[in-house]
Formats: sequence, C-alpha cells, structure tokens
Amino acid sequence: MNQELIKKNALENKLTAPLKRRTFIKYAGMTAGAVGLIAVGCKESDNVTTTTGVDLGSGDTGILNYAYALEQLEAAFYTTVVSNAAFTTTFSAKEQAILKDIRDHEIVHREFFKTALGAKAIQNLEVDFSTINFANRDSVLTTARTFEDLGVSAYNGAGNLLVDANLLLVAGKVVSVEGRHAAAIRDLLNPKSADFSGDNVIDASGLDGAKTPIVVLAAAAPFIKTKINASNLPTS
Amino acid sequence: MNLTNIVSFLELDKVDEDEVKHVADRRGFFKQAGDFSMKAALAALPIALTLMPKTVKAQTSTVVGVLNFALTLEYLENEFYVMGLAASGLIPSADKAIFMQISKHETAHVAFLKTALGSSAVAKPTFDFTAKGAFPTAFTDYKTFLTLSQAFEDTGVRAYKGQAGNLITDKGTLKAALQIHSVEARHASEVRRLRGDVAALSIKGWITGKDSNGAPQASYDGEDNITHAGASLDSITTLAGVSSSAKTEAFDEPLTKDQVLAIVSPFIVS
Repeated sequence: MNQELIKKNALENKLTAPLKRRTFIKYAGMTAGAVGLIAVGCKESDNVTTTTGVDLGSGDTGILNYAYALEQLEAAFYTTVVSNAAFTTTFSAKEQAILKDIRDHEIVHREFFKTALGAKAIQNLEVDFSTINFANRDSVLTTARTFEDLGVSAYNGAGNLLVDANLLLVAGKVVSVEGRHAAAIRDLLNPKSADFSGDNVIDASGLDGAKTPIVVLAAAAPFIKTKINASNLPTS
Repeated sequence: MNLTNIVSFLELDKVDEDEVKHVADRRGFFKQAGDFSMKAALAALPIALTLMPKTVKAQTSTVVGVLNFALTLEYLENEFYVMGLAASGLIPSADKAIFMQISKHETAHVAFLKTALGSSAVAKPTFDFTAKGAFPTAFTDYKTFLTLSQAFEDTGVRAYKGQAGNLITDKGTLKAALQIHSVEARHASEVRRLRGDVAALSIKGWITGKDSNGAPQASYDGEDNITHAGASLDSITTLAGVSSSAKTEAFDEPLTKDQVLAIVSPFIVS
C-alpha cells in the first residue's frame, strides 16, 4: 500500500515535471472554477441562457441551431437593408452589389442550416431592428460590421465545440465567407485603411476574435425578440 | 492563452505514454468525464483532452505536422509582403496601409507558430517569388504582385480549412487555427477587391464559381462546389430564387495539404 503510494507519487512527479511542476492538475481545477464563475455571471446579467424560450438543443445539433439562429439574424438584416425604399439612393452601385451579394450568402447559409437540421431546426426567430436607421448608410454599415465580426467570432469560438468533423468543415466553409464580408464592410466604412482587419478585432498574435455562444448571444440579444435557451449547448 | 495551450500540448510529447495513461486512470479523469466541472476543465485545458491512451503521440505528431505546414505557408506570405513593401515604387502610397496591416499579421502568425512549435519548428525555406520565371515581375509590376497576393491569401484560407479536421481533438490548437483562418479570409477579401479596382477586373471579395481571375487556377479548382455535408444547395427549394453564383460564393472550399504544396512548390527553392 505504502509502496504503491510512493511509486504513484514518483510517477506523478515524473509526469508533471516537463509541464512545469504540477500545474496541469492544478490549472485544471482552477480553470473549472473560473469557467463556472463566468458562466454564472453571464447567466444572471444577460438572461440569455434562460431555460425558457427556444431551446437550441444539445451537442452538434445545438451548435448547428446556434449557427442557424445567427444566420437568421444576418439574413433578416440584409433582406431589410436591400428592400428598404431608400436602398438605391443611400448606397452607391458598388455598395448595393456588395450588400445584395451578402444578403444572398446569408440566405443560403440560413436555408442550408435549416435543411441540415430538418425536424430539429428551431423556429423562425423574431428580430428587432428598431435601433437601426435603414435609410442611413452609416447606421446600416456599422450594424453590418457588428454582425459580421460577431459571426466570425461565433464560428471561431464554436468550432471546437463540434464533434463531427464534417460539420466542422461546414463551419469552416462558412466562417471564411463571413470574414470576407467583414473585411468588405469594414473597407466600405474606411476605404484602403487597416480597418478591414483592424487592431480592434485582430490581436497582437494576428488572431481573429473567438467568442463563446453565451457571449455571442448576449451581444445579439438586443436584435432578437425571441428568447433563446442556450443552456443545453456543449461548453467543451 | 492559446499559445500556452499549444506549447503545453507539445511538451506532452516528452512524457511517456504509459505513464500518462497510468496517472490519468488513477486520477479518474475518464470516470469523471460526465461531471460538469471536469468537462469545463477539459474545455479550458486542451492538454487534458489529449490524455487519451495510445493516441497521444499520434495526435502530437499530427498537430506538429499541421502547425509546421501552416508555418511554411506563413513564412511564404510573410517574406512576400516584406519584400513587396521594401520594393521601391511597387505599392502606391495610398495602398500601403493595407499591405502593412497584412504584413504585420503574417509576421505575427510566423512568430505565433514558431513559439508554439518550439524546437520542432521547421526552418524558413528559400523562396523564389518569380516561381522560376513564371512571374518575373512579382516585385516590379503592381498587378502581378496583386495577383500573387490574391492567390496566396485565397490558398491560405483553403489550406487552414483543410486542416481543421486534423485538429478536432486538440481544441486549443483548433481554435487558434480558426482564428488565423478568418484573418486570412479578411486579407483575401481586401486584396481581391483592391485588385479588381487596380486591374479593372470584376473581382469580388468572395470567390464566384472557380474563377481564378488570372491567378493560378489550382488555387480555385473545386471552389464551385455546392454540396456540403452531403446536401446539394440546388436541392433546397427555398433557394430556387438565389443565383448559382451566390451559392458558390456562400461557401469556401478546403484544399488538402498535397494540393496546397503543389500550388506553392514552384515558389519554394529549397
């Protein structure tokens, strides 16, 4: 018994030595606590992960529904942009072409996810665009920038929550298109500047944003009337 | 944070596999996997997730391979922009801010990957951006420079996308790779639109069909795919009113490592 314990301790010391003392075990415990705190904090302040409302579901299905929810929001936004009576007078011909293209891409994404989810797809979400002035170029483009950057960070943060490699590939196929959108919108706002991949979204290591579903849904919440229940989404 | 995870992960290679298994079993890692706090811990610490018996070393070599592949591409992009920015009279002053930002990111990506790989990092190859004479004006003609820039960025996007599946069990590394991937996509979008203006070509920020717009075709082959996870976009009736161009633009496509290496090998001397 004692001998086994000594052997075990020696083994553990050997194991963890290259990992800088025993940090990996300690770190695991500490981080679990930190994650718990953050999750609880968000739950209370943002009311996003309520257990009432539209349930995104769990596992890969939950992540697909999460993507479907975001694509619904984006598609609804650009559809409203393009159908506004002032669209052709608010935007240049080039800008109109870009916004119409993006509208189409988001509709394709939305319908693809809906089809992929089949009977497990969440309902149509009701959006709230009351804070957006669709006849104002700046209002539309800054909102578009918010949605595109948010979309990029959402997929970047959700990729490693997926189990199925085929679905990860699909998410990868979509996120780079959202990145292309984000750069184009940002360039329309400040042409030929560094803003297309500005320092406010790309960090010093050259990494784009990556946000958890809870953080993303909290940011999107002001634009979505329908309550979303994300409490069953995978967190790891 | 991601960097630490990757570095820690690579250090795991130095640990004997049986010892990992032994201690992991004793610690009850797998028995407790259903427990929420343990799940959270595993999520926050990708290294723990790699404590899978028997697969740990294989995964490490896979990840090192992916990261070195990425590093090679970042070396290429980084040197390309450093040389382009240094070439007098090549990039108009009005466009410099764009390329300085791209160059800054490629430099950061090289540093990030080199740090992650440590002593396992491959050395920078010697590059020839004329591709043995195929692009003799790479750094003297702006349109040629833009053509190569577009090809490198779009290929970079496809290269990272193609490797995501190889990182699926290493969550920290996968996240970082995705974070680089979307930056390359932002670069590609910007360069494509800029090139459209400069060369008076109809080039969007996104890829239509498999149009190469005069860039090497191999970088665009397969981009016209509209079947994803087994579902064809043409079979979705609610998309009947959407153009086939938009359907191809809405999804970017991956390339395998071999496909990417075939594309970039003419630019690599040794």
